[in-house]
Amino acid sequence: MNSWVDLNIIAIVLMNFMMLSSSRIRICIRVVAIQGILIGLMPLLAGVHSTTYASLVSLSISIALKGIVFPYLLLRALQKADIRKEVEPIGGYPLSLLMGVILFLVSCWLSSRLIYAKPLFSNLVVPVSFATFFTGALIIVSRTKAITQVLGYLMMENGIYLFGSALLGGQSLLVELAILLDIFVAVFVMGIAIFHISREFDHIDTQNLTELKDWVPSKQE
Amino acid sequence: MNFMLFSPALFILSGLCALLLHKYNKVSNCIGAFGVVTGCIAGLVSLFNAYTNPESVALSVPWSIPYGSFSIAIDAIGAIFLFPIFILSAVCAVYGLEYLRHYYGKKNTASAWFFFNLLIASMILVVISRNAVLFLIAWEMMSISSFFLVLFEGEKKEVAKAGLIYLIATHIGTLFLLVMFVLLGNEAGSFDFNRYQITAGGLLPSIIFISAVIGFGTKAGFMPMHVWLPEAHPAAPSHVSAVMSGVMLKTGIYGLLRVITFIEAPCAWWGYLLIGIGMISGILGVLFALAQHDLKRLMAYSSIENIGIISMGIGLGILGISTQNPVLAILGFAGGLLHIVNHAFFKGLLFLGAGVVLHQTGTKEIDVLGGLLKKMPVTGFCFLIGVAAICGLPPLNGFISEFLIYLASFKNILAEPSIAIVSLGCIASLALIGGLAVTCFTKVFGIIFSGEPRSSSCQNAHEPGMLMIVPLIILAFACVAIGISFPFILPKADRLLADITGISPDLIRTVLSGTMNPLIYITTAGLLLYSGLFLFAVLRRMLLKGRTIDSVPTWDCGYAKPDPRMQYTASSYVQPIVDFFKGILRTQKHGCELIEYFPDSSSFKTKTSDIFQENLFAPILAFIHRCAESLKWFQHGKLQVYILYILFTLVALFIWKL
Repeated sequence: MNSWVDLNIIAIVLMNFMMLSSSRIRICIRVVAIQGILIGLMPLLAGVHSTTYASLVSLSISIALKGIVFPYLLLRALQKADIRKEVEPIGGYPLSLLMGVILFLVSCWLSSRLIYAKPLFSNLVVPVSFATFFTGALIIVSRTKAITQVLGYLMMENGIYLFGSALLGGQSLLVELAILLDIFVAVFVMGIAIFHISREFDHIDTQNLTELKDWVPSKQE
Repeated sequence: MNFMLFSPALFILSGLCALLLHKYNKVSNCIGAFGVVTGCIAGLVSLFNAYTNPESVALSVPWSIPYGSFSIAIDAIGAIFLFPIFILSAVCAVYGLEYLRHYYGKKNTASAWFFFNLLIASMILVVISRNAVLFLIAWEMMSISSFFLVLFEGEKKEVAKAGLIYLIATHIGTLFLLVMFVLLGNEAGSFDFNRYQITAGGLLPSIIFISAVIGFGTKAGFMPMHVWLPEAHPAAPSHVSAVMSGVMLKTGIYGLLRVITFIEAPCAWWGYLLIGIGMISGILGVLFALAQHDLKRLMAYSSIENIGIISMGIGLGILGISTQNPVLAILGFAGGLLHIVNHAFFKGLLFLGAGVVLHQTGTKEIDVLGGLLKKMPVTGFCFLIGVAAICGLPPLNGFISEFLIYLASFKNILAEPSIAIVSLGCIASLALIGGLAVTCFTKVFGIIFSGEPRSSSCQNAHEPGMLMIVPLIILAFACVAIGISFPFILPKADRLLADITGISPDLIRTVLSGTMNPLIYITTAGLLLYSGLFLFAVLRRMLLKGRTIDSVPTWDCGYAKPDPRMQYTASSYVQPIVDFFKGILRTQKHGCELIEYFPDSSSFKTKTSDIFQENLFAPILAFIHRCAESLKWFQHGKLQVYILYILFTLVALFIWKL
């Protein structure tokens, strides 16, 4: 048992809750970035990686993308789109936090049901990876702004990365690079899309996208 | 490399080129049409090669798609369908070149060419493919490309509705085809056509056959699966309607014939079923055609009628196979197959003729046209030949194919009672169809081309350009030529008939030579008629030489002040027959009867809707709509909740598997 690893995991959990409770988008972007860096460092702290050049390079790429490039892109989109700084959750912050706690408990229960092929470097890592994934999903579902949905997406990716590094060790890096590429494109596209949405509609509130649905109620009602 | 694949490749390539050059209307139009014409010529050459050397065109390449293999081949059954596809498509492409000129700048004509070329390529692929997966892909390509062609003027509301009906109907058909091919493949252990050979008895062959009748019948336009046809055909551009009605419907018949070759022993009741469908489609088709006022809609119903005649011929053929009655089998199939080719030519001719009328006058309402024969004599004359052919009048081609079906029935009128009754039924319904068709098409020709112009739009009508006239002449010539030369063509059909019926070619030759006598009489009489007509024409010209020729209005006799509105209208011409069949047609009449001596201005209007659409499909669709309405709360358009649905499903699946 490595105390650095556990400390790191606890920091990740705290960031999940911070994400759910903070009302400023700027802070949320930074939280996701720091969480990405911490999760990126996890394999090094746990010592599951053979320290070859290839694995170090891919690690540093992943950390650079999540810690520097994504936050930069998102902050720039925030600035250009000139949007209001509040997160605007559906149902309020206390409910979000409560849901976060419930999801954490569900994750613990889920991970206790799983059977692992080999011992893990920490008992906490699987529940926390689930919790991070679910928190990302919760952010996507419960926040109305397009930019927070990108953040939720990034958090889900963080969860997947943590899960992968816990279970697969070194081999996960290849998979991780492929996912990172997807995410990179997604963030890039979303950044542009958010800018255009805000320019066209003066806001980036996804609730107004309801107007685009194809089912128009018939007139006799 | 296989030459047969050259022509579909050429179609697709030229279609793509036309699409790329869509900014230059003229260039893209020329490329599209040129691709079709050269592709069709290449196809005809390879068809001729296949006839002389059947092995040269088979090709089978493994394919990465599961169960698929790129197997193609041409056999006699395919060839009889490919022949009209190539000729009619080439002719329609030339015609379309001028027809679409009208839309330059208003519409994207390049996309029309792209889908037209794709439609023809996919029809060819449907006919030559020898693997179920390849067949279904080609079939779907055909449906989709024709759907986009129907939507050419999609900004009109009724066109959009027609497109939707067509899309739904064709996919319901494809659903049944999927079921059928899966059943066949399950039995054979492969999806290659040459491995399909159902020898098993019991229910399986019948289920396969019923699925084929529904699936292929929807495309072919069997009643009551025909509802898309009267909607889609009037909506498409005329040269597309000609291809759709002339050859695309026939791919449904092709599929049915192909499936019959898979099954070792067809049941007798399949034959009865097809004959029954044929009678219903034939009689109701022509009746509804009779009551229509829209020229192209009328043509669409008349296509249903002709599909009915084809279905009767094929039904008699199947009955002949299953009861081991070679005469019935051979003549039934021969009549049905010949009618496929004939209908392609005369219905193509009539749709193109209707297109000329629409193009030159701007309307396809029969009641506002009139007197066009004087304005466009060549078009009118070609149209007249098409009308005579579709009515089944000798010595044109339509008569010959109906005659073969008559012959099949008459030769079995003294057979065992079950077949004799069916034969009598066929004779009676063919006679009824023929009589009604004559009424229907005398109405069309009489109201549109004879008499006086009923509106200003046909006052100024004139003959279209050569690109639209020459296709009409070619098709009219084909109708005459097949009618005259048929006794020389029929003996060549032994291989085709042997492929379908499984009867030895020797026996087929004996049966066919038994029918040669009446056919030669018909040809002789036809030649006499044509030479007589020619002599009279020459005589007329000689007698009129050097004299002044006066021209007076039609219907001038006895009226003090004749007016075009005094003429018969389309509704009044057919009113006795429509009233006689009012139990089936349910024509709605709007307007008042004139009672007083000095009536006020008054109006009268009739409308005949499709009974199957109104009484069968509309209630079903309303029910589905009601069910869908009750699920509406689920589709609220909130993005977040949609993501929640996905998440719930994933987590539920995950927990369930733990």
